[in-house]
Amino acid sequence: MKNYKNTVPSLSRRGFLQTSVLAGGGMLIGFNLFTACKNNVTPPVDLSQLDYNNFNAFIKISNEGKVTIFSPNPEIGQGVKTSMPMLIAEELDVAWKDVYVKQGVLDSENYTRQVAGGSQSLRKSWEPLRQTGATARQMLINAAAARWGVAASECSTEAGVVFHSSGKKLGYGALVNEAALLEVPENVQLKEPKNFRIIGQEIGNVDIDKIVTGKPLFGLDYKSPGMQYAVVLRPPAFGQALVSFDASDAEQVNGVNQVIQFGNKIAVLGNTTWAVIKGKKALKAIWKEETVLEDSAFHHKTLFGLLNGKKFKTIRKDGDVATAFKQADKILERTYESPFLPHNCMEPMNFYANVTDEKVHLVGPIQTPEGTAKKVAKLLNREVKDIHLEMTRMGGGFGRRLYGDFVLEAAEVSNLTKKPVKIVFTREDDMTAGTYRPSTKYQIAASIKDGEINGYHLKEAAVGGNMSSTISNFFPAGAIENYQVDVANYRGNITTGAWRAPYTNFLAFAEQSFFDELAMTLKKDRIQMHLDLLEKVKGTTDKSIQYSPERFQAVIRMAVEKSNWGKKVKGVYQGFSAYYSHNTHVAEVAEVVLKDGIPQVTKVTCAVDCGVLVNPLGAENQVVGGVIDGIGHAMYGELSFKNGKPQSQNFDKYRLIRMGETPRVDVHFIQNNIAPTGLGEPTLPPAGGAVANAIFAATGSRMTRQPFIKNLGADKIIG
Amino acid sequence: MEKFTLDLNGKTQQIEADPTSPLLWVLRDQLDLVGTKYGCGIGQCGACTVHIDGVAVRSCLLTVSQLEGKRITTIEGLSESGNHPLQEAWKEIDVPQCGYCQTGQIMTAAAFLNEIKKPSSEEIRDAMHNNICRCASYNKIEKAVQVAAERMS
Repeated sequence: MKNYKNTVPSLSRRGFLQTSVLAGGGMLIGFNLFTACKNNVTPPVDLSQLDYNNFNAFIKISNEGKVTIFSPNPEIGQGVKTSMPMLIAEELDVAWKDVYVKQGVLDSENYTRQVAGGSQSLRKSWEPLRQTGATARQMLINAAAARWGVAASECSTEAGVVFHSSGKKLGYGALVNEAALLEVPENVQLKEPKNFRIIGQEIGNVDIDKIVTGKPLFGLDYKSPGMQYAVVLRPPAFGQALVSFDASDAEQVNGVNQVIQFGNKIAVLGNTTWAVIKGKKALKAIWKEETVLEDSAFHHKTLFGLLNGKKFKTIRKDGDVATAFKQADKILERTYESPFLPHNCMEPMNFYANVTDEKVHLVGPIQTPEGTAKKVAKLLNREVKDIHLEMTRMGGGFGRRLYGDFVLEAAEVSNLTKKPVKIVFTREDDMTAGTYRPSTKYQIAASIKDGEINGYHLKEAAVGGNMSSTISNFFPAGAIENYQVDVANYRGNITTGAWRAPYTNFLAFAEQSFFDELAMTLKKDRIQMHLDLLEKVKGTTDKSIQYSPERFQAVIRMAVEKSNWGKKVKGVYQGFSAYYSHNTHVAEVAEVVLKDGIPQVTKVTCAVDCGVLVNPLGAENQVVGGVIDGIGHAMYGELSFKNGKPQSQNFDKYRLIRMGETPRVDVHFIQNNIAPTGLGEPTLPPAGGAVANAIFAATGSRMTRQPFIKNLGADKIIG
Repeated sequence: MEKFTLDLNGKTQQIEADPTSPLLWVLRDQLDLVGTKYGCGIGQCGACTVHIDGVAVRSCLLTVSQLEGKRITTIEGLSESGNHPLQEAWKEIDVPQCGYCQTGQIMTAAAFLNEIKKPSSEEIRDAMHNNICRCASYNKIEKAVQVAAERMS
């Protein structure tokens, strides 16, 4: 394979074409197919010229003209299993009804960035996947032209058929055998957006038939012969370690086959999930305190200590905040507080592993297959090439499945027992052995001089990680001359990590609540103040400013117009919020009514600029889901700790938003032809702020703490 | 282990199982009917909803020993070929995001629509309130139930 690498500057490193006869007839056009080294077809000499930008989708075309497209990235509900193949199909120019989509396996040699995270799948594949399709299309045209003895430039395609200007036509299925042996063209032409036939169409979820009939799709549904179900007893509190255990009762449970210790954990293996759940309950374990067992009260005190202390790291500094505050006419300062949040994917964590001398077979739901496979290889002291990882559809991710702890557990238990094992988290395991959204407090201060904001100082204190400098470059960076962001953290023993829209999921609420109050303090119109601040960013030469003031203003104006902002309806209170994240600009207006004095969110209007809408149907799902998710967690979400132990273990003690509390979400997209940006996350951050500001309009109470239900004192009334 | 005879999706099914085992795990692990999903195990999320004599029930709380002589319907038996009006509506409206909870949503809705022929929006929201969708596809679930209800009445 190395022979084909890196011979053309700026082109693909390891691209080549490979053809092979399919078992059922037809041929395969495989770009960088991993079995190619073993193939007998001699590659044409120019294969090193191939340019797929290191992005390697597979396209299979049968002699009947049917097309299989492999979707490379993990599907967590963000819709990429539908939308990424749409990009290939568009440029390949086939009818979507002729396309069958299959999930690609982990193949780091041939795919890049097989990650579901950061809302980047479409953004990063927009060019490469279309080039993959367009290159294959050009080869099919070239094959037809050669057979007809005409110039390729006289040929066109439509829906899987090559046409010549004379009226001759040939289907892709009839051409694929010849096409696959041709030289791979360079610099293929991509379609003009106005010629898109698939991109921009409402395409339904490719797994919909299986989803609505309950066919096996998810990790928990996966089975193999001889597979053992396993549940794991982990330390009940963060900071505890295993001293000893007695498995004699557990081993007596009918269906339990084996109990095994690994590290601080004990795995119970058996024939059914129920047997191993019973077995786990029958285990008697003794734990000791290894590190301090932390409480929520301790975190609260620690974070305030950090906010008032001097252990900050400055991650962005414009102008001179200290002087601005010294010379200010007025200073507004507020503190915003958030709890830990578990992810609570509906499908609890699970993974299948079968470790044999030959290979390590892993199957299940994981957002980071490549990184996780490397960790498994390291853990088991195996070569990465021994790891064969298949991704299943995931029952949600929200960041939790970025972390492969459950994959490592499965691999370790299979390795120790020499059996194929499926590790299953019960809901209690899932909620208590989490990688939580860090509990964070923000202190925001603004200095006001001559009726204008001239200084802005944001301080972050977190139990866990801090925001990256990228986030400190978001609005209002660039709009306020004296601007500073400082971060500090406490790292204890509670595991924290990315949770849908990391950091901004809470920061946006804090910031947009603060701006609401700031507008009132300055007696400015809330919307106009935001637009004016953005006006100042126009024409900036600061390369660190990623957001576009023009696009930001456009979504704000759209949300204002579509929501009938400011047109008072009796008993309905509005709140505004706008936020840029994951390269996408979003503005939201929430409407709240009071029911028995308690705010209920009834409607949210959401305006989004995410560039080209690849699949409007899937895009709307992401927008609406993000908004409601943001509201649900701002209103109700909280995980507290006592002596290191999570105080909620299941949905009886952890409130997720349900249908009765769900507002109607009206979605409006800015239409343009700019390359697509993120959508799985960016509508979540502004939602909490829009609701908080609407609650203020309704009740006169400023929400400064999440969950709002507690901030309102309403948790004792309902919930 | 004990032997049980179940009336499952219109067929008689012999099964040897732990009498304390919830129906959920018998379906999933022993009968390969994985459309019934595990979400919480305590009847709070609705992912495991099945019909017992036509009534929507959480299969995580129902032991296999309670079921002899009862008519059990799972998502796999809801329709001949995935064409129940609710399943059709789910497809047309493209309800799911991750999709995990949707079979439970459909089973709850199917039992509800057998009882209430022309439900109001409020009745739908009440009926579906106990099924959690973590992706928050609630707007579309509500719409799909409405569409199916119109077609079924």
